[in-house]
Amino acid sequence: MSNQPLVEVENLNVDFPLGRSLLGKPPMLRAVNDVSLKIMPQTFFGLVGESGSGKTTLGRAMLRAAPITSGTISFNHGNTKYDVGAMSKMELKEYRKKAQLIFQDPYAALNPRMTVRDIIAEPLEVMELVQTREEADQKVREIASKCRLNLEHLRRFPHAFSGGQRQRISIARTLVCSPNFVVADESVAALDVSIQADILNLLKSLQNNLGLTFLFISHDLSVVAHICDTVAVMYLGTIVESAPTRSLFTQPKHPYTKALLSAIPTLNPEDRGKAQKLEGEIPSPVNPPSGCRFHTRCPVAEDRCRKEVPQWRESSPGHSVACHLVG
Amino acid sequence: MSLLSVENLEVLFNTDDGVITAVDKIGFELEEGEVLGLVGESGSGKSVTAKSLMQLNPLNTFYGKNSSIRLKLGVGELDVLRLKSSKELVVVRGGAISMIFQEPMASFAPAITIGSQMVEQLMIHTSLSRSAAQELSIEMLQRVGISEADKRFHQYAFELSGGMRQRAMIAMALSTKPKILIADEPTTALDVTIQAQVLDLMKDLIQEFGMAILFITHDLGVIAQVADRVAVMYLGRIVESGPVKQVLHSPAHPYTRSLLNSLPKLDALDEPLTPIPGDIPSPLERPPGCVFHTRCPEAIAGKCSSEIPISVNVEPGHQSACFLNESPVEKTA
Repeated sequence: MSNQPLVEVENLNVDFPLGRSLLGKPPMLRAVNDVSLKIMPQTFFGLVGESGSGKTTLGRAMLRAAPITSGTISFNHGNTKYDVGAMSKMELKEYRKKAQLIFQDPYAALNPRMTVRDIIAEPLEVMELVQTREEADQKVREIASKCRLNLEHLRRFPHAFSGGQRQRISIARTLVCSPNFVVADESVAALDVSIQADILNLLKSLQNNLGLTFLFISHDLSVVAHICDTVAVMYLGTIVESAPTRSLFTQPKHPYTKALLSAIPTLNPEDRGKAQKLEGEIPSPVNPPSGCRFHTRCPVAEDRCRKEVPQWRESSPGHSVACHLVG
Repeated sequence: MSLLSVENLEVLFNTDDGVITAVDKIGFELEEGEVLGLVGESGSGKSVTAKSLMQLNPLNTFYGKNSSIRLKLGVGELDVLRLKSSKELVVVRGGAISMIFQEPMASFAPAITIGSQMVEQLMIHTSLSRSAAQELSIEMLQRVGISEADKRFHQYAFELSGGMRQRAMIAMALSTKPKILIADEPTTALDVTIQAQVLDLMKDLIQEFGMAILFITHDLGVIAQVADRVAVMYLGRIVESGPVKQVLHSPAHPYTRSLLNSLPKLDALDEPLTPIPGDIPSPLERPPGCVFHTRCPEAIAGKCSSEIPISVNVEPGHQSACFLNESPVEKTA
């Protein structure tokens, strides 16, 4: 059972139209390009990359909040199986109870005119998971205490809370319908470091206690390194490397992963100037480079990289990479 | 005397909810060619401190009576806080001190080309002719690594990428040859690979132009990579300051220690993250005594909540404001 992935993505493409055209189809922007991945149940799957790499779009596609152009996303939980790309309206309604999203900005995500109790209870009412108000109250209290919110907080409005508390409210709202799969999109990016550690610890303990599976999207590699079991690195819509966290951070194989790791400023002043510098910026996805998409910035690119798209293959058990130069 | 010396700086805001203390009697000095990092979480007062140096705070701001910000100019000196009109402040704003902001998209005027904005400020602060100002601007754009600078000169901010905009911002700030550059979270909105490029560029420019930089950030990693000295702020006070190596390797204040412990580190993946308990208090409810005592794991009951600790030297040049530092025996590693 546990060998079966909870979410399996195969050859996924997501396109967005660029403006409109009167005649024929408008040009398309490929935000996610031929992505395949497996997320095992009850794990933290990390997705890292710079802005514009398509990590948010990939996360949203898994929740069917972004258009799926081709490829499949399957969700398998016990006896329930969904083909996320081809769900009926009724199935989608059921799927929403199982797959949820935590937003980035806890200041924008909460309605200022609703009390915390109403904010957390809203999904229950919308999804018709409860019959009576008492039942809703009961569930709200349960999840609030799991997310370390006081019961007296439930009567207040969001403005009375700090960033960390708001993110806990936002997490409680996400988890109140008991989902199996949660997409956390930059959920700690807007928080101060002293609060960030608290939310990360909370997510980890909730995952253990409730048996959740997380897709954790972040641009911050050190955060991902601490919380995730498996990490995939995205660049310009494609996954360039994926491995168990320890393996990825101790033995990065793709030149992009290496550069990304060395660009993180370390706390040691003696490390100055040791960072391996990447030249240039991420190219526009409207007109992606030929061959390997990273070749324009790659320090070790060869002729072949400019022409051939590198194959996605397993270079050591569990550690997959898409680069011509990795043996 | 140092290039800049701030003494007893107290910044208060008049609001509907009462008077808010944003900066509480802090002092620091900045020497020529030095990079001073100012680090703290949101609400710690680091941006307000920086803006005070140019009197850029909003109109409801007032400064404490004994506050002074003395700036060395040539042979003389002036107190920024004594300048009244914006005419007098021109000497400081964009003249002796330039500033780059976190979000370069928001700091460039969207409907005016990058070039005309650069020329405009050069016309105000220097005696250059328009054509000479244009030449210098294009030269500066080249200097910060913008390719096709004469083309970029005629473009608008939205046509540039984030990293390029920040480079243009730096070029603009440096073209008047300020004595001090204030960089307020200059790389926070950038991706790590671009951040590394911009930080590198700034280090080169410090050497070339020999100016002093006040570098504001919440990221201790960035501080470790660029700053010579660092001052750690919490709720409007500087709790610890000193050479960057000493502060990061042997932090003396419990807040600095807690901050370092709460950071996820790549070379210690198995270590648990230790959050600082509780939340940052609202500036309306500043705790009495030591401002950090409500969250401090080492607070001394009865003492920290009533008395304000004064800054003491823990090492030469390394100060910390904590009662634990006064009796080294109690100091925990």
